[in-house]
Amino acid sequence: MATSYLDKKFSLWDWLTTVDHKKIGTLYFFAGIFYFAVGGLEALFIRIQLMYPMNDFLDGETFNQMMTMHGTTMLFFAATPLLFGFMNWVVPLQIGARDVAFPFLNSLGFWMFFFGALLTNTSFFLGGAPQAGWTSYAPLALDYKGTDFFVLGLQISGAGTIMSAINFLTTIFTMRAPGMTLLRMPLFTWSTVVASALIMFAFTPLTGALFLLMFERMFDAKFFDVAAGGNVVLYEHIFWIFGHPEVYLLVLPAFGIISDVIAAVSRKRLFGYHSMVFATVLIGFIGFMVWAHHMFAVGMGPTVNTVFGIATMLVGVPTGIKVFNWIFTMIGGKVQFNTAGLFAISFIPSFVIGGVTGVMLASSVADFQFHDTYFVIAHFHYVIVGGIVQAVFAGMFYWWPKIFGKMLNETLGKWMFWLFLIGFNLTFYIQHYLGLWGMPRRVFTYLPNQGWDTANFVSTVGAFFMSAAVILLVINVAVTFARGEKAVQDPWYGRTLEWSIPSPPPEYNFARTPIVRSNDPWWYEKMQGKKEMQYAEPLSEIHMPNPSIIPLIMAFGTFIAGYGFIYTSWFGVFLGFGITGVCMFIRSIKDDHGQHVHPEGLHVEKGVHHSA
Amino acid sequence: MEFSMKNWKTAGRYILLLVLAALTLTGCAGQENLSAMIPKGEGAEQQYDLIKLTTYIMLLVTAVVIILFVYALVKYRAKPGDKSIPKQVEGNAKLEFLWTAIPLVLIVIIAIPTVKSEFALADVPEDAMKIKVTANQFWWEFEYPDYGVITAQDMYMPVGDKVALELKSKDVIHSFWVPALGGKMDTNPDNVNKMWLQAKETGIYQGKCTELCGAGHALMDFKVVVVTQEEFDAWIEKMKNPENPAPATAKAHEGQQIFEKSCMGCHATNGTGRSMGPNMKGFGDRSTVAGYLELNEENTMKWLKDPEKVKQQNKMPSPMQDLGLNEDQLSALTEYLLGLKLE
Repeated sequence: MATSYLDKKFSLWDWLTTVDHKKIGTLYFFAGIFYFAVGGLEALFIRIQLMYPMNDFLDGETFNQMMTMHGTTMLFFAATPLLFGFMNWVVPLQIGARDVAFPFLNSLGFWMFFFGALLTNTSFFLGGAPQAGWTSYAPLALDYKGTDFFVLGLQISGAGTIMSAINFLTTIFTMRAPGMTLLRMPLFTWSTVVASALIMFAFTPLTGALFLLMFERMFDAKFFDVAAGGNVVLYEHIFWIFGHPEVYLLVLPAFGIISDVIAAVSRKRLFGYHSMVFATVLIGFIGFMVWAHHMFAVGMGPTVNTVFGIATMLVGVPTGIKVFNWIFTMIGGKVQFNTAGLFAISFIPSFVIGGVTGVMLASSVADFQFHDTYFVIAHFHYVIVGGIVQAVFAGMFYWWPKIFGKMLNETLGKWMFWLFLIGFNLTFYIQHYLGLWGMPRRVFTYLPNQGWDTANFVSTVGAFFMSAAVILLVINVAVTFARGEKAVQDPWYGRTLEWSIPSPPPEYNFARTPIVRSNDPWWYEKMQGKKEMQYAEPLSEIHMPNPSIIPLIMAFGTFIAGYGFIYTSWFGVFLGFGITGVCMFIRSIKDDHGQHVHPEGLHVEKGVHHSA
Repeated sequence: MEFSMKNWKTAGRYILLLVLAALTLTGCAGQENLSAMIPKGEGAEQQYDLIKLTTYIMLLVTAVVIILFVYALVKYRAKPGDKSIPKQVEGNAKLEFLWTAIPLVLIVIIAIPTVKSEFALADVPEDAMKIKVTANQFWWEFEYPDYGVITAQDMYMPVGDKVALELKSKDVIHSFWVPALGGKMDTNPDNVNKMWLQAKETGIYQGKCTELCGAGHALMDFKVVVVTQEEFDAWIEKMKNPENPAPATAKAHEGQQIFEKSCMGCHATNGTGRSMGPNMKGFGDRSTVAGYLELNEENTMKWLKDPEKVKQQNKMPSPMQDLGLNEDQLSALTEYLLGLKLE
């Protein structure tokens, strides 16, 4: 067996300085899981408070902090890094690359995210978390000190996110193995392309919106001061020009995971591959033209409302294409019900429920009732929990053996699946009705005798089921690291390139760059009776990047500068940016030619390419 | 074999969900005068019609998906130990065309009534009675410019006719929602939004704020009191009466003096003047204190003693801490306020 990237003795320094996409993926993934737990705990507090009418577990201000941080954490600090974790782990392997295009930038992107998330969360201990909702609408948000932490934290982590998006686009467009044409790329890689493009176009308006808030708070600017000619609806537009694509840039990689997993567990080629790619691109494209459907009640007038409403309904068409293609991938296949498969399969009906309520919301007239009620909460939790979170779990069980060389425990996995499925349906299904029965969202409590008591109680019970499922997952990970079953190279009889290399892969992934001769290249070679890929090059020295501590220090500089801005300390700002600037200078003048790994010591001839 | 049982259970669960969804459209529809599923006004009826139409179409879509899904799960489940390779299919152009075209048709079916209704709802009649709604953290002011009347928290309107609302906010963004009568509209600080309401039955309807506006957001309720035209006219006349009933007791009289000294700066009592805080004319006839607590002596005292506890982040100075009033004075104030009835 060749040396895997994990064989080196564990050292903290190694993890802090790594530029290996697999390790950065792992950092992203565990940071994401950590914040998923934090955001989950906040959700649990929310549900405990709403378990009974006029409950006094949390007061209005604390509840608003929990609610704001739940949304912010789950979207920016849990879902985003979890999906970046998968992209880092999987995309280079799926396109036959040895790393990403900019390994240094990759590390910098992670550490920027890490410090941004940390900065926002320290607000809990420094005078109160942001409490104006994850949308942070002006002028309400301007009243709270916590908003500074929201703005600066997202600004820093957002910069990291944009870097990572640029990195993935470059990687995918320039580093594909010979023969891996765009229309042979696996769906997860395709969805990474589209999601990265969405990030580049969506995070820029977010940066703009955050700057407006920051200038208003720090320098008393007048963007949202109506008396001085400001306009608060402007903020809503800028925010949602980011906010709607944000949802799609999270759900598209989830679609990608599901497409790959369903094809693998059905042992069948993805049905309608080309229309799947087209639908992915189309969803990304339409996603930029529907933002105002979050604002039907703002008073934009009937023309704007109906135009945006109908544009929104159109999203249902490519999404429908995807759903039917997934089902027709299973039809005629041999569907395996392992944990990854269960999550991927149950994704379909859960996501369909979230999708059809989305079309209902797009009818602007009906939305005058749905808007800002629990119906909306139910809708987007079916999309995010039933969709994105289930996809993350599916992807986790599916790729874990490749990344860590060990199989997650299937029994625990199945228990977790059922607990989670029951839990999230209990929690969110009833909330559709709560909305129609008149319960607004973001309320810290409600009066008795409005017909909402039982439904809220049921919803809270469901939240406990979900918590139990997540605890099982954590146990599963611990058990697997301690004494998990060793994974073979190709445990799922996979289709894509990552299954053609050892589990876990060597540091350089591919000893020799493979030639891609078809869609599902590894499956194709297997069907040709080959035990390994065809190669594009003879064995030779492999050029790999050097690890570096600079990205961490550089990101730490922005972290310091962030506090400088929050406490309007120019010393802090200059110190922070000074640290970042010095790091940039060192990085610029220092020649780093990387290192060469010699394949002689790797026994490539013997046994790297085990077949399943 | 164990797995196949689970598959059936999944299938059963989703069928159950669908049945539940269908039941709701006929059965459990929430509480009257609050639920959007028991419309009592023209606007709410149009909205509920679209809610029903979209729900039926989407239930149909969901049913098709679920049937195919269950079929795929049951029929194409891998038997234990079956390692055979199924036939690899690229796709099917006809099928793919079908599930692109049919959703487009469904969208047209939803879009046409949506457009029609959207324009009807936006068409606010010029000659209708006007009410200017002003949202504040965390209370509502209702002004009747045709009559020069201003009140707070309880919005009176006559049954039958369309009423034109002009909505605006004095501070942050709020949203005006009366589910049983006709949907919602934001109140922005920078522009006036318009909508109309038309109630088909008299009654007291629940109103809610539906845009996060601070710690008191959840408690920013109001009432829409729909009365007959005669009752409405009578109410307007009483509101226009500049006199309030003379305090009935010595204690209430003391309360009046305290009010004039400490509260009058922000609270008018004449039913026609605008003031910083809610106009107190007819306070004794309202249904709630602080917008959500039942109006009685105990709750009024509770509010006056510690407004921050009753409604966090509200803008009223604390009578005890900021205005230096003691408990006896608050009690007198309460007696005076509860005596502020319309006559």
